[in-house]
Amino acid sequence: MAVEHSTGTSVPAPGDQTRIHNIGYRSYDGPRLGRAYARRSLYSQSLRGSYGLGRSVKSKVLPMLLFVVMCVPAAIMVAVAVATKANALPVDYTRYAIVMQAVISLYVASQAPQSVSRDLRFKTVPLYFSRPIETADYVLAKFAALASALFILTAGPLLVLYVGALLAKLDFADQTKGFAQGLVSVALLSLLFAGIGLVIASFTPRRGFGIAAVIAVLTITYGAVSTLQAIADAQGSSGAVPWIGLFSPITIIDGVQSAFLGATSAFPGGVGPSNAEGVAYVLLALGLIAASYGLLMRRYKKVGL
Amino acid sequence: MIATESLSKRFPRVTALDRLSVDVGPGVTGLVGANGAGKSTLIKILLGLSPATEGRAEVLGLDVATKGADIRERVGYMPEHDCLPPDVSATEFVVHMARMSGLPPTAARERTADTLRHVGLYEERYRPIGGYSTGMKQRVKLAQALVHDPQLVFLDEPTNGLDPVGRDEMLGLIRRIHTDFGISVLVTSHLLGELERTCDHVVIIDGGTLLRSSSTTDFTQTTTTLAIEVTDTDEHPDGTRAMRDALHARGVSVEDGSGLPGAGHILLLTAQGEETYDLVRDVIADLGLGLVRMEQRRHHISEVFTTSDQHEQRKEAVGHGG
Repeated sequence: MAVEHSTGTSVPAPGDQTRIHNIGYRSYDGPRLGRAYARRSLYSQSLRGSYGLGRSVKSKVLPMLLFVVMCVPAAIMVAVAVATKANALPVDYTRYAIVMQAVISLYVASQAPQSVSRDLRFKTVPLYFSRPIETADYVLAKFAALASALFILTAGPLLVLYVGALLAKLDFADQTKGFAQGLVSVALLSLLFAGIGLVIASFTPRRGFGIAAVIAVLTITYGAVSTLQAIADAQGSSGAVPWIGLFSPITIIDGVQSAFLGATSAFPGGVGPSNAEGVAYVLLALGLIAASYGLLMRRYKKVGL
Repeated sequence: MIATESLSKRFPRVTALDRLSVDVGPGVTGLVGANGAGKSTLIKILLGLSPATEGRAEVLGLDVATKGADIRERVGYMPEHDCLPPDVSATEFVVHMARMSGLPPTAARERTADTLRHVGLYEERYRPIGGYSTGMKQRVKLAQALVHDPQLVFLDEPTNGLDPVGRDEMLGLIRRIHTDFGISVLVTSHLLGELERTCDHVVIIDGGTLLRSSSTTDFTQTTTTLAIEVTDTDEHPDGTRAMRDALHARGVSVEDGSGLPGAGHILLLTAQGEETYDLVRDVIADLGLGLVRMEQRRHHISEVFTTSDQHEQRKEAVGHGG
């Protein structure tokens, strides 16, 4: 039936111009671009996939919606600032992601499992590893893709704010500095959240579990940490507040940026970590990112083929 | 194509491969073994994904221990299990896999269209894979293994889960991979019968050791068995017995077809060429019996596989004509 024979070109009957020629098997002599190219391809495919591009319409809805939700408040703030001729934006660049953390968490929870759980669930992973790429390439591409997707999600509204601020003729140097600090902060946030999200998602082939687990880890830790911080602050032991902040991803970012990126802390009492404590925050953030990478590597060493 | 030299793979509790030395040339080669015989382990090692405990192996002249990535660029792999995401179309999926093999975007699309056509997927290739039949999914799996035009392709149990028709089509396709596409094939199966029809060469492993490696013609031609059934006549009320005695008298050993349907009425003898057929014809004519059937009963490779020792003895016996 469907198995056709490819024994060379069939001879067209005279005047039969529309005949489909069976041209047989053609071998491929073109370039083979190797590992680095395959890694880049996987990166771009995963990044596009994080916004539903190249996937079904249904899978575009949530990421696109979340991106819009992230940007709309920024647009409104800018509109207000321009209209009222305010001399400052209503929210700092560094503060924006902290305020919108629920949306970011939702995005990580929905897209991290999408990125890795599907390959595990449908056992596509062995197909990748039967090609030139290695475990490290796969992990790097997936990690970088989700971090980039998160960066787009978090830096997008900052860009809206920045452009708006310039339109409102706010101080250029001031705004540029704030924007740059904001970008560094969300870059770190993107790496950290991508790492945590992927590690959790890579341990379950079930997307639903992955989504639930990521949301749980991100929100429960934040809830617990901010509650404890509030209690510590109310009981007058405000020295403990920065240390408690080390136990949830978003407060880690908060701590890093209030110590080094000129942000005002969202911690109770508004006291961020001191510089010494800030070092602990930075080391922890980088450590967690490295640990995520390490765990992913270990995980994929096991599931390969 | 493939050469291994006392290749061993030991896991903490089990030895998957035990000093396996085998050479595989171009063509279609069957790798036969029961579940757990070490087939998949061998493929993993040959793809350079799992280091051997000892010994060495080369694929396309490249050492698996050091040139894994180069090997994987020139080799295709079709896994045994499902490996297809249901929510993308065959075209999208195979294009992606082609790029993972290093093909530039345009070439990836062209090769995908070609390859899907060659494996027999047409309009349906634009639909999500989730709606495909098992046979179509197997074709997609095969297409992703061939899309980068490898020199050698590993097919792990490609006929698994297919109905008889789908099985035949898949086997025909495998044959064409070599004859038409010029790609050598290493195909594993635990169903031995299908490999004798498809492969030029069969390698049998059991418990991680090499049981036998030889061409399929060796396996089957030298051991072609004729099954003969004759009628009874008034002169020879037990035609089967008369036939057996007559053949014995001419020095041909005959076995009862015990275990076969109609046992007791079927005689098995080993054909050693045209003469045997002539002999049987003459004997039947002399006795005046009716020939109900005379058919080739090819030995299944499974007999070699399950009773290798007995097989060796039988081969000797065949050599003596007794």
